[in-house]
Amino acid sequence: MAPQGRIAIEERRGGALPEAGKSGSNLERVLAQGHFAVTGELGPPKSHNAALVREKAALLKGYVDAANITDNQTGIVRLSSIAAGILLVQEGLEPVIQMTCRDRNRLAMQSDLLGAAAHGIRNVLCLSGDHQSFGNHPGAKNVHDIDSMQLLRMVKELRDESRFQCGEAIPGGGPRLFIGAAANPFADPVGLRQYRLAKKAAAGADFVQTQLIFDLPRFKDYMKRVVDLGVHEKVAILAGVGPLKSTGMARYLRDKVPGLTVADEYIERMAGAVAGISEEDKAARRDAWRAEGIRICVEQIQQVREIEGVAGVHIMAIEWEAAIKPIVEAAGLAPRPAAGAP
Amino acid sequence: MIVAEQKPLSAIKAMLGDCRKVLAVGCGTCVTVCFAGGASEVGILASALRMARRIDGEPLDVAETTVQRQCEDEYLEPLAEGLDQYDAILSLGCGIGVQSLADRYPDKRVLPALNTAFMGRPTEQGVWEERCQACGNCVLDRTAGICPVTRCAKSLFNGPCGGVQDGKCEVDPTIPCAWQLIWERMDKLGLVDRLMEIEPAKDWSTSRDGGPRRIVRDDLRLPDGDGA
Repeated sequence: MAPQGRIAIEERRGGALPEAGKSGSNLERVLAQGHFAVTGELGPPKSHNAALVREKAALLKGYVDAANITDNQTGIVRLSSIAAGILLVQEGLEPVIQMTCRDRNRLAMQSDLLGAAAHGIRNVLCLSGDHQSFGNHPGAKNVHDIDSMQLLRMVKELRDESRFQCGEAIPGGGPRLFIGAAANPFADPVGLRQYRLAKKAAAGADFVQTQLIFDLPRFKDYMKRVVDLGVHEKVAILAGVGPLKSTGMARYLRDKVPGLTVADEYIERMAGAVAGISEEDKAARRDAWRAEGIRICVEQIQQVREIEGVAGVHIMAIEWEAAIKPIVEAAGLAPRPAAGAP
Repeated sequence: MIVAEQKPLSAIKAMLGDCRKVLAVGCGTCVTVCFAGGASEVGILASALRMARRIDGEPLDVAETTVQRQCEDEYLEPLAEGLDQYDAILSLGCGIGVQSLADRYPDKRVLPALNTAFMGRPTEQGVWEERCQACGNCVLDRTAGICPVTRCAKSLFNGPCGGVQDGKCEVDPTIPCAWQLIWERMDKLGLVDRLMEIEPAKDWSTSRDGGPRRIVRDDLRLPDGDGA
C-alpha cells in the first residue's frame, strides 16, 4: 500500500520545524532551538485532590519541557485534564493537555480550548480516545463528532485563521496552542502508519508523541519510512518510552494492550533482574525490577536519539512519576534548557 | 434489512403485567427474514407466554396474526375488527412497526416484544452484522464501499486508529478494523492516494442529531395534500 504522487503535506508558512512563536509554548521553543526535547506524562487522580497533582508536578518540574495530562485515559473518569493543567501552570510546570474526541463534541472542545488558553495552557494533544468499553463507564455514549485528524485541523484553524470550526471569526483572535498528535508505529496495518502520520502533519500537528516503543527494530523501520516521506521535517517526532515496573507489566503490555508489541528481550531482562531473589522478598524484587526498568529506559532513550528524525522523547512513567528524574539525569538530558536561554 | 431480536420472555411477561387477553402481531418483512418476528416466531412466543402464565396460575389468552408490513397503515387496517376485546397489542415488529400500531390505534396499549438492533445483513447462517446508521449523507464513495460511521467503533473518518491488531478492532477481536478494510480495498481499486486527503468534519444535521427526519416528495404527493 503506497499512495503515490499526491502526499498532501501542506507546506508550513516559513517551512522551518517547528516555526517559533506560534504558541508561546516552552516545548515549542525547546524544539525550535534544536534541543532534544523531553516530555513526560502526569496521570491525574480519580479524585478532586489537587495536592496529589501538585506533588506529581513537583516530581516532573525541571526534568521535562512539558508534561502531558491524560484525558480520562482508558475511559476511566479522572480529574479533568484542563483543570489539572491549570494546577500545573500555577506550579510552573508547562502542561500538554490531552483532548479526546470520545467525550466532547466540537462545541465543547472549542469552548474548553478557549478556557484552557485563558488559563495559560499552550499545548494540546489531539486524540481519538480509548474506547469507553475499556473504562469504568462502559455503558456511556461516545461522541466522536469529529475524529483526531479533524480535531488537529480545527485547532490549527482556531490558531492560524482565528476562526471557529463553523467558519465564524473569533473576536480578538484564536487561542495560541502548540498542537500535538499521537502516533502508533506498531499498530496494523504497519505499512501505512507513516502515511497516517503525514496526514496528521498536514492536518496541523506541530509535534507527535509515539506509542511506547519496546520493539526498536520495528520503530527504526517506521522512522525510515517517515524520513523517506520527509514527514520528520514537518512535525517534531517525540519517541515514546517508559520504564517497566516488573516482568508482569512487560507481559501485560505485550499481551493485553492492542497495538503494542514488546520484544522478548525486555521480558527476559526484567525476569533476569529478579533472578536469585526470593519471591517472599517483595521489596527487594520491586527495587531490582525498578532499577532494571529505569536502566532499560535510559538505554532506549540513547538508542532512539541516534535515529534520524527523532526530535525528542516522551517518557510515560505510568503511576511512577518519580522515575522521570533518575531517567532524565541518567540519559544526560538534565538540566532542561531554561526559559529564555538560547 | 432491519435486524431485531426478541426480548427475554421474562421481560415480555413483566411488560404484559395483568393483561388477560392480547393480540400478538408479527410482521412479514425484515423481522421475518431475520427470524425474530414472523408468523413462526409469533406462534412460538404465544405458546411460551400461554404456558408461562398457566404455570403462574394466571392464564393469558394470546391471539396470533401476522401482517405483511407493520410500518404501513394499509396493512394495519384489518386489525381494527375485534380489537376491543384485547387489553393490549404485543408487536413483534421493529420499533417502526410498534409505533405504526400505536399511531393507528391510539386508544390501545402497544407493547414491543423485540429489541430493534440495527440495519444490516446476514453475513453467514445465523449471523447478522450492522452496515448502515442512516447518517443521511453517504460517504461510501470515498471509503471503498465500507461504512466507517457504522463499522468503526469510533466512527472515524480518517482512520485507522492506533488500536488495530492483526486487522481487528481493539474493542472486540471478532470485529475487522473497518479502516484496514478501507485502505486495503482502496489500494486494490488503485484509489489509495485519495485516503491522503483529510476528510473534513461531518455535518451531522442529516443524521439523528438534526432531530427526527422526514422526507417529502412533492412528485409523489396527492393533490390537495391528501397524501400528507
